[in-house]
Amino acid sequence: MIGDWIDIGWVNEIPVRGSRTVPVAGGDEIAVFRTADGKVFALANRCPHKGGPLSQGIIHGHSVACPLHNWQIALATGEAQGPDKGCTPTIPVKVSGGRVLLCRASTLAAA
Amino acid sequence: MDFYEQDLSAVANDGAAARDLPHLVVIGNGMAGCRAVEELLARDAGRYRVTIFGAESHVNYNRIMLSPVLAGEKTFDEIVINTAAWYADNGIELIVSDPVERIDRDARTVTSRSGRTVSYDRLLIATGSDPFIIPVPGRDLHGVISFRDMHDVDRMLAAADKGGDAVVIGGGLLGLEAAHGLTLRGMKVTVLHIMPTLMERQLDEAAAWLLKTALEGRGQTILTGADTAEIFGDGKVEGVRLKDGREIPASLVVMAVGIRPSVALARDCGLEVGRGIKVDDHMVTSDPSVLAVGECVEHDGMVYGLVAPLWEMCRALADGLVETPTGYRGSVTSTKLKVAGLDVFSAGDFSGSDGTEDIVLRDASRGIYKRVVLKQDRIVGAVLYGDTADGGWYFDLMRKAEDVAELRDILIFGQAYASGGGRADPKAAVAALSDDAEICGCNGVSKGKVMACIAGGAHSLDAVRTTCKASASCGSCTGLVENLLALTLGDEVETGAKTMCKCTTFTHDDVRREIVAQGMRSIPEAMQKLHWSTPDGCSSCRPALNYYLLCALPGEYEDDQQSRFVNERLHANIQKDGTYSVVPRMWGGLTSPRELRAIADVVEKFDAPMVKVTGGQRLDIFGIRKEDLPAVWADLNAAGMVSGHAYGKALRTVKTCVGSEWCRFGTQDSTGLGVKIEKMSWGSWMPHKFKIAVSGCPRNCAEATIKDFGVVCVDSGYELHVGGNGGIKVRATDFLCKVETEQQAMDYCAAFIQLYREEARYLERTAPWVERVGLDHVKRRIVDDEGNRKALTRRFLHSQSFSQDDPWAERAGGADRQLHHPMAEFQPMTAVAAE
Repeated sequence: MIGDWIDIGWVNEIPVRGSRTVPVAGGDEIAVFRTADGKVFALANRCPHKGGPLSQGIIHGHSVACPLHNWQIALATGEAQGPDKGCTPTIPVKVSGGRVLLCRASTLAAA
Repeated sequence: MDFYEQDLSAVANDGAAARDLPHLVVIGNGMAGCRAVEELLARDAGRYRVTIFGAESHVNYNRIMLSPVLAGEKTFDEIVINTAAWYADNGIELIVSDPVERIDRDARTVTSRSGRTVSYDRLLIATGSDPFIIPVPGRDLHGVISFRDMHDVDRMLAAADKGGDAVVIGGGLLGLEAAHGLTLRGMKVTVLHIMPTLMERQLDEAAAWLLKTALEGRGQTILTGADTAEIFGDGKVEGVRLKDGREIPASLVVMAVGIRPSVALARDCGLEVGRGIKVDDHMVTSDPSVLAVGECVEHDGMVYGLVAPLWEMCRALADGLVETPTGYRGSVTSTKLKVAGLDVFSAGDFSGSDGTEDIVLRDASRGIYKRVVLKQDRIVGAVLYGDTADGGWYFDLMRKAEDVAELRDILIFGQAYASGGGRADPKAAVAALSDDAEICGCNGVSKGKVMACIAGGAHSLDAVRTTCKASASCGSCTGLVENLLALTLGDEVETGAKTMCKCTTFTHDDVRREIVAQGMRSIPEAMQKLHWSTPDGCSSCRPALNYYLLCALPGEYEDDQQSRFVNERLHANIQKDGTYSVVPRMWGGLTSPRELRAIADVVEKFDAPMVKVTGGQRLDIFGIRKEDLPAVWADLNAAGMVSGHAYGKALRTVKTCVGSEWCRFGTQDSTGLGVKIEKMSWGSWMPHKFKIAVSGCPRNCAEATIKDFGVVCVDSGYELHVGGNGGIKVRATDFLCKVETEQQAMDYCAAFIQLYREEARYLERTAPWVERVGLDHVKRRIVDDEGNRKALTRRFLHSQSFSQDDPWAERAGGADRQLHHPMAEFQPMTAVAAE
């Protein structure tokens, strides 16, 4: 299936305030997040600080706290918040008919 | 129903002049179709001859008001919008109970179910939407109905007459309205909602929690996260089965999971259709003679299910029809509703995103929650629960994109307060209050009393709270008290104890005390009652609240996995490269050939790059991938080993020396006691990690005097030590007391752990805790007061009866196992093409 969007599964497969990962052959793993209000975001699964797996952090509001050193990363932009500086690549993502779709071009670019 | 046809066609046949006008045929006799005609008539009543086809047998009624009809608050006659006289007076031919089934665009005709064919010059499709029926087995059973029109209401009323159990599938507005009506009609109602919170499209989590609590208070059962597997019954519905196996009996099932634009007619005749019938700014479809309006259309990528956009569409449509086009530009929607009699409002984007800020007001005692979302000093969204009076004002400010920087401090108090002129400064506002004005409603404290208390030397918030109790209960007046302090003392205000985090004005101790005092049972409840300023907390308060609730409600509180740090969620220690280390429990540091073999096998099988003996006498297997964790655990479980909790704010290890069994200096069986203590205390969650050691003689080979709880065996018994730490700041233990028997040593250990669990702040180790509260306090509670000691021990053992299920076995065998695996995998194009 080659299209502009890659179907990675049902939105319900991601726990609320949780995250699942999508490995990309030869590239950075992608972390897909689902927030308390039902929004879905996708970022490279890598904190701009020391590369911590953001998918394993605590998700609050539209931010995730990196599990390694508690950097707070904005899910919408990938930017570190507060005094910390750094940015993680974001991947456009949408939900259609309950399915989560990742932007193919960006997924490739991240790879 | 022939009544209308005869009556109205007589009117339409009235003059030959009408015959010559262009013919506008409207498919759909609902709110959109009729409103469009009303708008047209208001502009130019003599421009078109109008015929309306309706599928239902009624004149146009207000569909939004079906809920009050179901609830018995209104009759059908009261919700009619356009009476038969309106159709007659305006020369409109109304054809009811005869839906249009086909459109022939080439011939410009429509054909109805009864075979009637009518030609048109302009056609308006206003078919609205259809209820969405979830494709589960049993959806066709007798007794399964939707909630969309008057016919559905009649069927629900008939079912309610017989009483019994009803299940409503769908916790959105429609579902909750149906549930409310059926409850009032005497049925026992269960609402099933697939999402974790009710009305998630209109309400944030906090407001949804309030709504759920209120509805439950009215006797409804609300099951969220409830996924329907099947509706069962023999010929007629008998109940609903969920995917988790639960069965809920029901003689009536109302399916209210959502609506879909009704586009079949348009699609069949070849009009362009996306999610809805595609229209331009003048509500014209891909065929210039055909227009469409209402819930069935898609404009600029948007489909609307609310009534306000419909009015705006009808205005644009009518302007176009009379050739003075203005155009529809899409709608910014707000929802102001009474859900089952409870006031709810939401508008705009209230989910919050990057660059947005929240202003939150929670008034626990009145059940009020208000949240305004700002972006660059402009309102972008709002959610109100309980008091929606200012919804319109916020919505207005939002639509006009007004700069609210000036109002910011008082915005949340509403329009009346904000427009109070000179009261815009909150300090000035509190200064203007009279001495007998009430500051703290919970404890009935007036401004005069607070001022007297400050004058008497209470120079901090905490001091005021302890002296006159103002702001010591629900905390909603904290801001007022702070302003009074600032007003009286200027810069001399002593800032009180540190708050738990930026989400609250309360300290850890306040939060804990209130959780117990008010009997709070969930994180959203605590956040609501304690006026959290963020919608779902942050990474520091959520784990703390989760722990406090877990500690307060052993066996009852359902642990929130998403409020735990990664290590406690994955039951392993995350390492800098994102892999995990795994430590199986070895009771008292003892092991066996079988356990060692199993560990060796795991190391080889999963290619672990390193195994290390830890400081706590365990073996740590490094470099395990997240996906492999469940398999590693299963292998270790098979050899009889359980989680070592080396990752948790929990009992870590009980370190022992060999003791009297082997050692020539040993005075007691230190290994035996260590094993017993570990078996008693493993699995308990604590404010922070907790280490224990048992040494067999005062030479202290197990280093018991730098542990949280240490036992040093002597000839005459057991010396108990507490509050040691070998970490950043080394602290030797304090001597607690000496006891004579193993059982006493264990009982004191349990009591100490429980006191720490109940009194220490989250992430506070025993060393700083003992220093903060003083050793005397600990001694008084445990050594001097036998009754209290026994009660503590009993509470610990009770709590432990729920904590000693191996989390590894649970996770390796449970549904969460899949969370360790990637959701999907992606091969770049080349790989895909090669497949």
